[in-house]
Amino acid sequence: MSKVQLPNTKLFINNEWVESVSGKKLKTFNPTNGKLICEVSEGGKEDVDVAVKAARNALDNGPWGKMTAEDRGKLILKLADLVDQHREHLSDLETLDNGKPLTASSGFDITEAARALRYFGGWADKIQGKTIPISSEFTAMTKHEPIGVVGLIVAWNFPLLLLSWKLGPSLAAGCTIVAKPSEFTPLTALYFCELVKEAGFPPGVINIVNGVGDVVGDALSHHMDVDKISFTGSTRVGRLIMEAAAKSNLKPVTLELGGKSPNIIFGDCDIEYVANAAKNYVFANSMQLCCAASRFFVHESILDAFLTIFTEKIKQLKVGDPYDSETHLGPLVSKQQHDRVLGYIQKGKEEGATCHLGGEVHNHHADGAGYFIQPTIFTNVTDDMTICKEEIFGPVVVILPFKTVDEVIKRANDTTYGLAAGVWTKDISLALNVSNKLKSGSVWVNGFNILKSQIPFGGFKQSGFGRDLSEYAIQGYLSVKAVTIAHKTLHAQQQ
Amino acid sequence: MSKVQLPNTKLFINNEWVESISGKKFKTFNPTNEELICEVSEGDKEDVDKAVKAARNAFENGPWGTTMSSEERGRIILKLANLIENHKEKLAQLETLDNGKSIVSAREDIDFCVRVIRYFGGWADKIQGKTIPISSEFTSITKHEAIGVVALIVAWNYPVMLLCWKLGPALAAGCTIVAKSSEFTPLTALYLCELFKEAGFPPGVFNLVNGFGATVGNALSYHMDIDKISFTGSTITGRKIMEGAAKSNLKPVTLELGGKSPNIFFSDCQIDHCVEAAKDYVFSNNSQNCCFSSRFFVHESIHDAFLALFTEKIKQLKVGDPYEESNNLGPLVSKQQHDRVLGYIEKGKSEGATCHLGGVKHQIDGKGYFVQPTIFTNVTDDMTICKEEIFGPVVVILKFKTVDEVIKRANNTTYGLAAGIWTKDISLALNVSNKLKAGSVWVNNYDNCLPQVPFGGFKQSGIGRDLSEYAIQSYLSVKAVTIAHKTLHAHQQQ
Repeated sequence: MSKVQLPNTKLFINNEWVESVSGKKLKTFNPTNGKLICEVSEGGKEDVDVAVKAARNALDNGPWGKMTAEDRGKLILKLADLVDQHREHLSDLETLDNGKPLTASSGFDITEAARALRYFGGWADKIQGKTIPISSEFTAMTKHEPIGVVGLIVAWNFPLLLLSWKLGPSLAAGCTIVAKPSEFTPLTALYFCELVKEAGFPPGVINIVNGVGDVVGDALSHHMDVDKISFTGSTRVGRLIMEAAAKSNLKPVTLELGGKSPNIIFGDCDIEYVANAAKNYVFANSMQLCCAASRFFVHESILDAFLTIFTEKIKQLKVGDPYDSETHLGPLVSKQQHDRVLGYIQKGKEEGATCHLGGEVHNHHADGAGYFIQPTIFTNVTDDMTICKEEIFGPVVVILPFKTVDEVIKRANDTTYGLAAGVWTKDISLALNVSNKLKSGSVWVNGFNILKSQIPFGGFKQSGFGRDLSEYAIQGYLSVKAVTIAHKTLHAQQQ
Repeated sequence: MSKVQLPNTKLFINNEWVESISGKKFKTFNPTNEELICEVSEGDKEDVDKAVKAARNAFENGPWGTTMSSEERGRIILKLANLIENHKEKLAQLETLDNGKSIVSAREDIDFCVRVIRYFGGWADKIQGKTIPISSEFTSITKHEAIGVVALIVAWNYPVMLLCWKLGPALAAGCTIVAKSSEFTPLTALYLCELFKEAGFPPGVFNLVNGFGATVGNALSYHMDIDKISFTGSTITGRKIMEGAAKSNLKPVTLELGGKSPNIFFSDCQIDHCVEAAKDYVFSNNSQNCCFSSRFFVHESIHDAFLALFTEKIKQLKVGDPYEESNNLGPLVSKQQHDRVLGYIEKGKSEGATCHLGGVKHQIDGKGYFVQPTIFTNVTDDMTICKEEIFGPVVVILKFKTVDEVIKRANNTTYGLAAGIWTKDISLALNVSNKLKAGSVWVNNYDNCLPQVPFGGFKQSGIGRDLSEYAIQSYLSVKAVTIAHKTLHAHQQQ
């Protein structure tokens, strides 16, 4: 167990640490053993007001709003370097607070956070408008301006990474930020604040208000002086945010919500290869992952062989102490989530699915402490079962046989979600045709969970709208202004 | 006078320092006192061959061209920017020593190098192709691939800065490079090689072969295994390079050549402001600057007032030891250039122009290639000093009456690199800028080069662009991949 140094636990506003107006605190727990880590300041509406005011002032009156795009980029690049330099500390904190394996915190979360920031730092001075041809008597151009003060609300599954995915493009665009991390995982965002200061960001550019969604998230969503909200989390909360935006100042929202992503394995693929790949990605982050491959459609001709090999592979996964380098699955983030996932597993059994593997609490400690669940595979599942339709957000996968291409496309698309999908085949025509038909924001062919800063990520249907990552993410943080200048032609004009 | 440490003077190939095959050396001089600085390895055709082979190998077989992600390439390029920044003072001292520009200008140049390399480091993983809508039975995509091994040949006026303008986009695109600096100013490029190594570039990505244009430059132009050439320098040499490319493997060329750029002052401009601004840019780098505003068109109604004020300002410029921070102008780069500029001044006088200010040699202890800032008036458009690029601190002042007239005269040149317009009238500014045949048009400012803004010429001022996203395009090949796939109904799962 790590003895990592904890960050300042207050609110971060105007590059300063402040207590919440109410003086309230919220507890954050170590999901590995259920113990209290520390208490952090709990923000309320008044604190959001203070933060928004600071952000507005930074944009309208501070150096940030006047800074060249190039200099903004330089600061973001510096921040990326600092995240890299503090990777060990941030990784320890992330594992402590979230429960994910330290190898994942370090090898993926924090590394990718730095890469995202570096990527977007490079975009800062490359956000180009257009000149538009009209006639010789007009000059028309567009300017891409920062949309303003943005509220960023992120979930607990990838605490610092999700924040970086949103900070990157919003900072590159020139916005100022009020961010709310999840109340379950506030620590890395708090530590990050010191790096923001060290990087040299002017006061008020990045403000962090911790608290609960009903209060802080709601205040941001309803706030009349927040120009945009970007949220990653559940579909239920996404709806609430959009409603609040509609009822307040019509601020645009970007929503990155959940999924029930299909992973389609055709009969011509190499079963050993596919199962081996699946071992690495399918239960990553204990499937607390919005694009988790929770529905495996396997062609009936290879179903038995696939299931056998897949089961063997999954049995090799180790559940346990997230600080152990051999561990693949740490605990779920919280007791609430633990209970919720166990509820789904129970529901699956009740509805008649076969629990093929796992399906139990994993007792890592002698006293049963910690929110561990074994990787679970259900078979004999029908499309209308709850575990086949609802996002479980835990280590539970369902295996579904299919016969024809048309059938599997129809069934894969038969969901209110549309975040991601996988296609496994050697046939190029099949791969392209099926990927064309799948209604998902991301389609991976012979891969899954390939998330890169340069590639956009977002959902179709009720998995959300707008995009994180890539140049596309920046668009969500810009206002487009068209400047059209009328000027008489030379012959009509005299010196 | 500075006692700066000199860089390794050999050729840089495959991240190693090697002697030229011939063993020849050439001399590089300090233009401030005409003294020898050192001797540098003189490359030749055989050395170029070796460098091209190294670059090709790095491109086809090394990590740079095969295993490295664009993100990783970008990271290394960003590291190079940081290293140049860390070595700014050293590079600036070397640049001043070898080129003669003022130490203040040299520092500004190195700052600009940092910004350019950092800018393009940011582009490395953002060079996006397209998906092209055709039909449901086809998937068509474009890939922007590095064009390959590129040759970069730069002039002596901004030795390391011009190199960085080309290195930035070439590296971001994923190319490998064989570079040749000017024989007059090889030192900063040599110093840069060690920074390339320290940044972690794989061997063969950046190779430097110093030598003469007639041998090394020629070998690069004709080389059958170089995929592209980018050159900054004189129009005469630009033609030779393009010819070499045509006669060899049809490699595409980017040419950044000279100019005779007009700077137009309309009657409504604020004379004080215009003149104050001009003082800073007009003779910077001793006007050894391809977009130097050598032709001042001043509206007749303000001509006398402008000339009087302008003359006053220019008299304040100090010529002297470039290491003295209070000096604005150092020496010209070489004796050849010094003689050439003095020749033009003499020609101006003999053709009947009035030498209003300067026009004489300026020396310190009888040494150095200094020229006084010079203003000619009573100049006609057909005079030599009004048509040919002097590349020295000589400006001509011309009167004009009407807008149509000044546009016609401004465009009446084989060049088309840059132009300036000074006016408060928005319609005038936009209409005139629309009409001027120049790659860069500055309104109420001049010589404002930025990494994010393209730079290049119209007409015989060149082909292609340096700086900005536009620069990257010329280091790319576009590949269209079109995949036919039967629609699902025509296709059966087996």
